Amino acid sequence: MTEAELGLEQPVEEARPGFGATALRRLLRKRLAMFCLVVILVIYLAGLLAPVVSPYGYNEQDLDNTFAGPSLAHPLGTDRLGRDMLSRVIWASQTTVIISAAAILTGGLVLGVGLGLLAGYAGGPVDNFIMRVADAFFALPDILLLLLITATVRPRVEDLFDKFESWPVAGGLVEAGAPDYFLVFGALALFGWVGIARLIRSQVLSLRESDYVLAARASGASLGRILSRHLLPNVGNIIIVSITFSLGAMAGTEIMLSWLGIGITYPHPSFGAMIAAGSDLSSLRAHPHLLLVPATVVALLLFAFNLLGDALNDVLSPRRG
Amino acid sequence: MQGILPFVVRRLVWAPFVLLAVSLATFALGRFGPGDPVEILQGQYHNPEVVERIRHERGLDDPFFIQYGNYMWDVLHGDLGTTFAPRGVPVEDIIFDKMWVTIQYNLVALVIIFAIGIPAGIWAALRQGSWQDPLTISIFLFFRSVPVLVIIPILQFIFAIKLGWLPSSGWEERDILGMKIGILDKRIIMPILALSLPGIAAVARLMRAQTLEVLDEDFVRTARAKGLREVVVISRHVARNALLPMTTIVGFALVGLLGGSLFVETLFGIPGIGQFTWEAVGNRDYDVIMAVTLITASAFIVANLITDITYGFIDPRVRLGGGGPRY
Repeated sequence: MTEAELGLEQPVEEARPGFGATALRRLLRKRLAMFCLVVILVIYLAGLLAPVVSPYGYNEQDLDNTFAGPSLAHPLGTDRLGRDMLSRVIWASQTTVIISAAAILTGGLVLGVGLGLLAGYAGGPVDNFIMRVADAFFALPDILLLLLITATVRPRVEDLFDKFESWPVAGGLVEAGAPDYFLVFGALALFGWVGIARLIRSQVLSLRESDYVLAARASGASLGRILSRHLLPNVGNIIIVSITFSLGAMAGTEIMLSWLGIGITYPHPSFGAMIAAGSDLSSLRAHPHLLLVPATVVALLLFAFNLLGDALNDVLSPRRG
Repeated sequence: MQGILPFVVRRLVWAPFVLLAVSLATFALGRFGPGDPVEILQGQYHNPEVVERIRHERGLDDPFFIQYGNYMWDVLHGDLGTTFAPRGVPVEDIIFDKMWVTIQYNLVALVIIFAIGIPAGIWAALRQGSWQDPLTISIFLFFRSVPVLVIIPILQFIFAIKLGWLPSSGWEERDILGMKIGILDKRIIMPILALSLPGIAAVARLMRAQTLEVLDEDFVRTARAKGLREVVVISRHVARNALLPMTTIVGFALVGLLGGSLFVETLFGIPGIGQFTWEAVGNRDYDVIMAVTLITASAFIVANLITDITYGFIDPRVRLGGGGPRY
């Protein structure tokens, strides 16, 4: 979602205009980082505007024209049902964009930042409780729990959405694949807060000892005001960097779950399913483009997020002036 | 170092509670989630009476907390339960064999990660400011960013289909001194490659950062000033000091590899714990899922603890544990 990109600069600029402007200028000078930003923006925009920009529907079949190579009508060829690969990739980007952005906004920004601030500032039992919960989440390779959750909770979510189906406004949600989206988003958000919360807590632990927080407290500022006006702006840098990395990681996890068949399922397009369809050996031998097209887009997107995250880290970390 | 003992004790006291929470959550997910192992086992046209009988035999019709209590009681006595598919085998009989398979090639991958990452990190640090430094790090970062499920088919495409050098999948064990060893076969080359490529970036970056830090130290200047050859300065004075903090990430690197093993084992047909767990999730094989969860969670907690303790030993400036309330 473009808000995520725009959001990258905003908090810093508002909080410390001088520093933010310098950082932005330094970032603009990094050619590789700008290239990554362009790649991410192109994929995100293509995904968001999928109904407008994709030449065909994601499920539009042309059975006379299967496994075709690149042509004017199908720039990236077609798959085994004659579906246009370019359109499939664009629609798959939409899936990835919606899920990773939604999971970051809720799990990363709201839960992660909120709990990190609270744990770091409140200390004591509150801190202990939040961090032990984080430990419990951290004590497992998240892929194992994600597997369990998405595999076992799916029918429950589907039941839930079936109930809504009779409602006039929510009708057609199941048709649109909403249960799948909701499930993957929920699972990702559930795990997305731990890393960010830990980072922010450790930073707040030292910030809360600073003079300006003491001054704010002495002048009677409320807990909410101290958290939002004094602590939040000062962890803005960390938030921006870790959000950038997490967006990439979330996209990767969504692809992984869909690849296993427990994420976004047929007929809704996703990179995971496309990669899975393209990677069995007979298809690799005869039609490598089925793998190479989605794999290239995924590799570009995730690599761009990591490189951009690194560049932002360089630009925003105050130590390397 | 006197601060370390209470810290360790505190963490050790917490560990069982974390394990308890994790086990309860997993247990609940299995029991309250839909899908029933007996029905899956018996197929679509199952006889309800048979299903009921098996459920009763296995205690699946008991109240939730009774089931959980019984299971945990057995676990404390070293009984990890029984599998559904294959039916009726004690979990501990299967699971350790599967783990042995996975651990073998994971350890090799771990060695390779450090064997490539450490020299690459030093090399990048020494080239700081030139184009070679960011290029080296970016190449490894690329493999870090691309999901392993993309890397594997591309490796298979290149090495098995286009070049025909390696078999595309499989696992061949040899009996060596009574141990089943599967890592001496060329089938394992691609899985190990796929597993280690993504891990190198983290090691190379940390090593680069550490080397840069040590290069600034006075003793390096002294070493150079007294006319030591650059090779000696780098290998004896710089590398040795920069290596110390690397020990802290070994545990995490190994546990991190386990997550990737699921994909590696599925795509290369390796009969390890990753593939076994994935099948168990599909079959709702509760006891297997629980056993894997408990074992990995314990491994994570231990790795976490060891990491924190080594940090404390290596850099005594690291203060362990946050303070209390300061209002």
